[in-house]
Amino acid sequence: METQPVRATSDDAPFSTAKSSSDDDRLMSQAVTINRSPGDLFQFWRHLPNLASFMENVEQIELLDEQRSRWVVKGPGDSDVEWVSRITDEREGEMLAWESEAGADVPNSGTVTFRDAGARGAVVTATIAYDPPAGTIGRIIAKMFQREPAIQARRDLRRFKQLMETGEIATGARNRRLLQEGKN
Amino acid sequence: MRALTWQGKHDVRVETVDDPEILNPRDAIIKITATAICGSDLHLYDGYIPTMKAGDIMGHEFMGEVVETGPDSTLEIGQRVVVPFTIACGSCYHCGKQQFAACDNGLPADNQDIGQAVYGHPTAGLFGFSHMNGGYSGGQAEFVRVPFSDVGPIIIPDGVADEKVLFLSDILPTGWMAAENADIEPGDTVAVWGCGPVGLFAVQSAFIMGAERVIAIDHFPHRLELARRFGAETINFEESKTYEALMEMTGGIGPDACIDAVGLEAHGLFADNVIDQIKVSTFLGTDRIHAIRQAIHACRKGGRVSMPGVYGGFADKFPLGALMEKGLTLKTGQTHVQYYMPELLTRILDGEIDTTFLISHTLPLERAADGYRMFHDEQNEVTKVILKPGMAQAA
Repeated sequence: METQPVRATSDDAPFSTAKSSSDDDRLMSQAVTINRSPGDLFQFWRHLPNLASFMENVEQIELLDEQRSRWVVKGPGDSDVEWVSRITDEREGEMLAWESEAGADVPNSGTVTFRDAGARGAVVTATIAYDPPAGTIGRIIAKMFQREPAIQARRDLRRFKQLMETGEIATGARNRRLLQEGKN
Repeated sequence: MRALTWQGKHDVRVETVDDPEILNPRDAIIKITATAICGSDLHLYDGYIPTMKAGDIMGHEFMGEVVETGPDSTLEIGQRVVVPFTIACGSCYHCGKQQFAACDNGLPADNQDIGQAVYGHPTAGLFGFSHMNGGYSGGQAEFVRVPFSDVGPIIIPDGVADEKVLFLSDILPTGWMAAENADIEPGDTVAVWGCGPVGLFAVQSAFIMGAERVIAIDHFPHRLELARRFGAETINFEESKTYEALMEMTGGIGPDACIDAVGLEAHGLFADNVIDQIKVSTFLGTDRIHAIRQAIHACRKGGRVSMPGVYGGFADKFPLGALMEKGLTLKTGQTHVQYYMPELLTRILDGEIDTTFLISHTLPLERAADGYRMFHDEQNEVTKVILKPGMAQAA
């Protein structure tokens, strides 16, 4: 899948922040600084089933082998969407790239990079491209995955930061009942 | 348990709600022995703070006894603690710099969106202070869940009365930081707008930090009298012209430092206040900023302006030109309570600071709604209301 858009600006800003981009609705990128070493963060992320602990919409990540994993993600209504993801490139402690295999409900690809930020820890940048399927269900999925992914990814990265920095994920809920009802 | 819940503007009720529980490893459950109504609770009471929901438990000034701890809490059951109103993790970059009110992790991830959109960054988590601040249940209740209990709560030695230390939770550190933000130099004249609890503690703190003169401004005679007790000169803005008085009292120089301890609900029938108030009622988000306008107007050239008063929205007719042309420094922010608590506890135990003079009323938790009404309607006499869950109700 083609995910590298043509640079449209003359400045040094990330291309995902360009004001005019034909990939506006398909590409999103988020960065967060986490007070841990890039190595620690990479290690936690590389064990892919860990990701389900802070990615809200992800129900299950099952390892198929060293490179491949099956993802089950909440879809529209009560449905789930699934795909098999394959790691296409990785540099220990620095970067991980993936791509969904043929037959994915929502074809997607992306990279996550871990860059040393000295006393501030590490900058984690996730860049994700989605390819919406056609048809009505595709439009619903597109709405979920195209319009919301920036918000969802930002929240997921904040939870990742909380987990790695504090050992827990913050909640304003008073007790388990309110937590389960999602009342914060 | 019983708890004071917000239901809407000028509608708060003590209700029975389900108890708090330990949810995260660093949590603790505190049984409340004393809690206070804060001036900023009145902003919620008056409906000025958005993202409140019916049923929210209020209260961010509280202390009590540890009754349950998560596996990673450092507290022990039975310890008495005062809890800071800001919820900070202690492990992020900002906490490392002692900027606890700027903690990255005190707010749940989903609640961070509003602050990100409105302020550019999500702000600190606060107890009992709306959902944009985390939706945490507050401490005007019998029990409260305290996250990051290994970082925030300060342990109080046995034998020290609640009344002596309760205000470490918010208003004493807030008044202290207000004075610190005024960068007071020996010989300075400091003017303080507002003689509520924070203003009065700022008066006390300014003298401790070396101010030669403090001029306190309010319109409630009793509150001005309290300020005078600490050695402040006073201006009653209903009887005297504040700017003119300040200029004459400082020989035409103006105060070296000005502290706005009023915030977004400035009183007084000033033209700008009336306009702001109309805007608040029709267009949410324009704060009434009379106090900070006047502080900037009166401050001497090259002086400092400190703003502990709470603002939430946007300002109209903010004197940006005066700020620039006079070369003023403006410092503000929610209080880094965790940073100031240990030093201030020592000053209390040493007898250098006494905060008990402020308490005008002590009520059982069951009468919390009365407490709000009194604090709101009778500001001259009612300087601080303390609520005690265990206290018997008077017949």
